[in-house]
Amino acid sequence: MKQASILLDGLPVPFDAGQTIMDAALAAGIFIPHLCHHPAFKPQGSCKLCTVKANGRYVSACTLPARDGMEVENNTPDLNDKRRTLLQMLFVEGNHFCPSCEQSGNCMLQALAYELEMLSPHFDQFYPNRPVDASHPEVLLDFNRCILCELCVRASRDVDGKSVFSLSGRGINKHLIVNAESGRLADTDFDWADKAAQVCPVGVILKKRRGFAVPIGKRRYDIEPIARQVESLAARRADDMGHGD
Amino acid sequence: MEQGQGFELETASADAGTLRRVAIDPVSRVEGHGKVTLLLDDKDQVQQVRLHIVEFRGFEKFIQGRPYWEVPVMVQRLCGICPVSHHLAAAKALDQVVGASCLTASAEKLRRLMHYGQILQSHALHFFHLSSPDLLFGFASEAGRRNIVAVAAAFPEVARQGVLLRKFGQEVIRLTAGKRVHGTGAIPGGVNRALSRQERDGLLADIGQIVGWSRDAVQLVKRLHAADPALYDVFGAFRSNILSLVGAEGALDFYDGQLRVRDADGGIFVDGFDAQNYHQLIREEVKAWSYMKFPFLVALGPQQGWYKVGPLARVQNCDFISTPFAEAERREFIDYGQGKPIHAPLAYHWARMIELLHAAETIAALLPDDDLSGRDLIAGGERSREGIGVIEAPRGTLIHHYQVDEDDLVSSCNLIVSTTHNNQPMNEAIRQVARRYLNGRELTEGLLNHIEVAIRAFDPCLSCATHALGKMPLQLELQDSAGSVVGRLMTVV
Repeated sequence: MKQASILLDGLPVPFDAGQTIMDAALAAGIFIPHLCHHPAFKPQGSCKLCTVKANGRYVSACTLPARDGMEVENNTPDLNDKRRTLLQMLFVEGNHFCPSCEQSGNCMLQALAYELEMLSPHFDQFYPNRPVDASHPEVLLDFNRCILCELCVRASRDVDGKSVFSLSGRGINKHLIVNAESGRLADTDFDWADKAAQVCPVGVILKKRRGFAVPIGKRRYDIEPIARQVESLAARRADDMGHGD
Repeated sequence: MEQGQGFELETASADAGTLRRVAIDPVSRVEGHGKVTLLLDDKDQVQQVRLHIVEFRGFEKFIQGRPYWEVPVMVQRLCGICPVSHHLAAAKALDQVVGASCLTASAEKLRRLMHYGQILQSHALHFFHLSSPDLLFGFASEAGRRNIVAVAAAFPEVARQGVLLRKFGQEVIRLTAGKRVHGTGAIPGGVNRALSRQERDGLLADIGQIVGWSRDAVQLVKRLHAADPALYDVFGAFRSNILSLVGAEGALDFYDGQLRVRDADGGIFVDGFDAQNYHQLIREEVKAWSYMKFPFLVALGPQQGWYKVGPLARVQNCDFISTPFAEAERREFIDYGQGKPIHAPLAYHWARMIELLHAAETIAALLPDDDLSGRDLIAGGERSREGIGVIEAPRGTLIHHYQVDEDDLVSSCNLIVSTTHNNQPMNEAIRQVARRYLNGRELTEGLLNHIEVAIRAFDPCLSCATHALGKMPLQLELQDSAGSVVGRLMTVV
């Protein structure tokens, strides 16, 4: 029987039953920009960076199951313009000061901004007031950089069985919280060995006192741009170390 | 004159409302944003002169609450010309926080290499790019010519060497810090990268030429002095104490040492002072008209206790320079003073080029050392809650002081930067220049540039001094006694 496939930017890409467009693309080594997607977790389609056009409709590649013969546009000026705008909104909603951020060079948000040639934030900065949580002896939480991907929420709940993290608030006031009466990470059973500590695509969950130990030139995205790291993005598993380690 | 007399022009004795105000705003060809105001009476006699630093940025405040390991990378953003100095001063302070009382040999040498690369590039930038137009063309020369492009047209070899000296220093920084500007090489307890053999060989291939050009630069500045000693020896001159770090056995040392103060006659007033206790030696006075504080020696008080820092202080404060060509030049410089300290601001340039030469020679001496390619880069020890890092930045003594709470966040920060130490000296120098050149004369752009020449001699970094970011174009405004603008001059810098 003929292998089912989609046409991704005109290229036939095979898939197995139940795979999403994202799964099929990653398996074929084709990069679709994404932030909240991680192959080890159930997709939720919240960041919208992976928006593609499938049979003429805008859809999230990480949530839509592939169908035989589906025509999918991915790397087009129209879609990349929209993705760039989404990135700009993510940048201005938080406090993303790449020059002094220890995740520079290891950060998916920054890597995508380079990849999609985001040259300015474009929108007015929100400059939200988000104090860091340094209460835990091993881990620093810098909420300034949270993009609400919920990977830590999913990892802590589904893999670690701890539900340390959650989102609170609605709409523009939505924010990441720690599930403790005090709201402090030190008052949870969170541990650096948890999966939730390894999945943050930006610089929220950080190993303390590590800082800038990796020199410029040897950080993940110094070595190759994110679009050429599809294989390692696809190979991420629940027991992997996350980005940047 | 005795130190401290210059305060007489700080505040006009006459009613300021009856005086005519002239502002140089902003001061050009310096790093950052400042202005000079002059108050003149009806006979064009100068009654008040002030260098104001008018912007405020507040690094000391917003570093609070950040994790300590972020500090060396964040605070270096104070400056684009000598960020390495802030990077290293912060790292030195945080070495103490992580208990690294002694760095590994590789880390210490890599940091020194980075710092001497920084001194080389910053001194080259200051002398060739920012100050040489004044010195080569004349203080009152056509404003449109007073820039490095015109220097390149008239003196192509001088400009070329200046640019390439700076480029080499930047390359040293890139290889040790990861980037030419705002790298990440120094981390609390050591460094995050070493040099490969290939990288060292690349630098070694050029260092001979760099030392040669550095020697030429000293000769150039000496020729300028010799051509017009009446100008160079007295322009803006005033007496003051001098302060700097002095290294082991009295050597000139930019990276580490103990504080030494000499009085205006060259006598040692304080020696072997542990920089960790800087707050017992120095206090800062705040004046309502400037965001830049006025440091002074506690023992002498604000009127008598101000002092110069930077090349002129360092070269005369040390007992010797460890590298042969620079030491020979230091001796000649000291001899020029005929037993007395040289206080002339324009002699800063001469001292600065001696330091440039020393930096080049030190880099040449360091590069063959295999420790630069070592793997043992990080040290640690018992944690502490406080750290003080003191270093000699290109412009002078730089102090970083941090307190870190039990959760690893910075709870307080105090920065005393080089230009702040030189606040009163710069004010003093421009008052001397105003008395000598401006009194009773119709002000022109060229005359007012004399004021800026005096400021530039100190190589001030006004951004660092107030932790503020500035713009460069010069706008000069002339107002009558009623405050109306009667003339305006602009220069493109």
